[in-house]
Amino acid sequence: MDVFFRDPFGWVSRTWNDLLTGLGLSSELATLLLQLVGAVVLTGIVLTLSGVFLTWLDRKLSARIQDRLGPNRVGPYGLLQSVADAIKLVTKEDITPDGADKVVYNLAPLLAIMSVAGLWAVIPFAPQLIGTDLNVGLLYLISIGSIGTLSIIMAGWASNNKYALLGAFRTVAQLVSYEVPMVLALIIPTMLAGSMGMGDIVARQRDVWFVVLAPLAALIFFISSLAEVGRTPFDLMEAESEIVAGFNIEYSGMKFGMFYVAEFLHAFTISALTATIFLGGWQGPGAAAFPLLGLVYFLIKTAFVYFLLTLIRFTLPRIRIDQMNDLNWKFLTPLALAAVILTAVADKAALEAGWSRTGALLAANGAIALVTVLLLGRHARSLRRRLEARVARATGS
Amino acid sequence: MPAMTVVQIIFVVTAIITFLAAIMVVASPNLIHSALWLVLTLGGVAVVFLLLEAAFLAVVQVAIYIGAIAILVIFAVMLTRQVSTGLASQVNRTWWLAAPAAVILFAGLILLFSQVAGFQGLAEPLVKEPGTLVVDLGRALVDAQGYVLPFEVASVLLLAAMIGAIVIALPPAPVVEEKST
Amino acid sequence: MIPLSWYLVLAAAIFCVGLYGALARRNAVAILMGIELMLNAVNINLIAFWRYLNPGSMGGQVFAIIVFAVAASEAAVGLALIISIYRRRSTVAADELNLLKW
Repeated sequence: MDVFFRDPFGWVSRTWNDLLTGLGLSSELATLLLQLVGAVVLTGIVLTLSGVFLTWLDRKLSARIQDRLGPNRVGPYGLLQSVADAIKLVTKEDITPDGADKVVYNLAPLLAIMSVAGLWAVIPFAPQLIGTDLNVGLLYLISIGSIGTLSIIMAGWASNNKYALLGAFRTVAQLVSYEVPMVLALIIPTMLAGSMGMGDIVARQRDVWFVVLAPLAALIFFISSLAEVGRTPFDLMEAESEIVAGFNIEYSGMKFGMFYVAEFLHAFTISALTATIFLGGWQGPGAAAFPLLGLVYFLIKTAFVYFLLTLIRFTLPRIRIDQMNDLNWKFLTPLALAAVILTAVADKAALEAGWSRTGALLAANGAIALVTVLLLGRHARSLRRRLEARVARATGS
Repeated sequence: MPAMTVVQIIFVVTAIITFLAAIMVVASPNLIHSALWLVLTLGGVAVVFLLLEAAFLAVVQVAIYIGAIAILVIFAVMLTRQVSTGLASQVNRTWWLAAPAAVILFAGLILLFSQVAGFQGLAEPLVKEPGTLVVDLGRALVDAQGYVLPFEVASVLLLAAMIGAIVIALPPAPVVEEKST
Repeated sequence: MIPLSWYLVLAAAIFCVGLYGALARRNAVAILMGIELMLNAVNINLIAFWRYLNPGSMGGQVFAIIVFAVAASEAAVGLALIISIYRRRSTVAADELNLLKW
């Protein structure tokens, strides 16, 4: 029993191997089967249950924030509401628009979910539990995320609808633009950990989390991921008032359900990623000795970031597309570049001069934040002065 | 035929899919379908890179080619649609010269390659760990005795291409009419 | 387990398919897709030779990365040119863009 608690995943794989080699299979086939079962458990059970649970959570949280009750009729506390929604979507008529390209039309929702599920392959849940410890894990995240962009433009074009196409163009512009600060922000944990592998990044956060060493990078990564997912305040991809709900207006029934669930899962995935890269993943007191405790810490941190995401979603208004472009190219990208350069300089300087690494990095981040706030303040003041001058001219005072 | 190992089977399947997708790129009458077949080809090439133990290049291939260049090509196809597509021919007048030329070139390339030492050879196991390959690559790109000069020239090239593409694709400035007095 | 010849044959095949696409298609974007196929085939070749003949030096991988950068810039500028041509002439068929012919 003690062996089980100290090394549960090793125990599981050893027992599985013994069982299957006892039946006569070769050892590598047994390992392959174990990985296959793991993948099926992850996508079939964990992700499906998360999708169902998250839609219920979203409606309950939004209801409480907006001072109402939320679903409370179907099942205890309305927990079976998502099941009812899924049954409704499945029984809806599956319409394919006239003149739509059938193969591409049906492939787009599949690609959307595939790209989100693929991200879970490199997330470390617990000390020995990771799908595959790629040594280029961070870059793998970016590349699989860009397949989701492809699915959106396929959806917009295959619907044979000009407005869907326009919505898809704007959405793809947003997604491709916000990859730039995301990649730049991800360079900083790579520098701090010395490796792009997710397992290494979590292992290096044993003493101090990266959110303390690089708060600006965490903030930039969080904001860019919000834009990548298409969550408010960046949800002009799917809002009903923006070009008639964007690229998925011609989708009905379960295909629309797949886009919907893919968005929630993507939001959950980026909460897991922020928790892994910046909040220490499974690190916590006692996690190295008892891996199951590491799994619990990981889930708590992911839930915390997801709550933060949902709070932001139901508090902030939606931003326009020109404001979104300005925010990305005029604010986030220069900020991310400055953060990368100063973090590299501060890290090296702390190493050479023997200062505390945390102190030097915090000082660098604080300096950037101070300069940014001063510059923004000056910019806002000049805008206000110009506006007052214009009002004064117009009223002839 | 002797039993093939798992890696060989994976390679043969990937190679067949990639080759067929490449043929569909040049043979498909619908340009958007060509672009999507191109995406499949690029994905197949990424799998080939993985089999060659160049994991960094495989993810860079997916991120840059599929995530940026293929999307750019799809945008260009959608923005330059002609009403007469489908009526006009997909190939130009001299396609009957291009096809044999491609076949002859293929034969010539295989002839040339078969004279490389080690053509039939198998790969030796890598001495270094795969994890250190990325570190070595990074170091080689900034080493003064390494490849820092091509690296910097490539970044200048990308900057020039970015500025050039923006300038070329800007819509023509609206003509300001002179107010006649 | 996989001889070098398999990778080289695959690269040569994709290169020749891309060459046919670049030579025989009318639409300018289709020609560009053929060029991208050729660049990918060259990359496979580079990495195969790196892995089999000289895995110690990083030159093969660096060369492939430079090819990525060149392909990206060439695709960007080429497509910008094609869109600009489409704005002025309303066509992107390569044999209709013949104003410079004598």
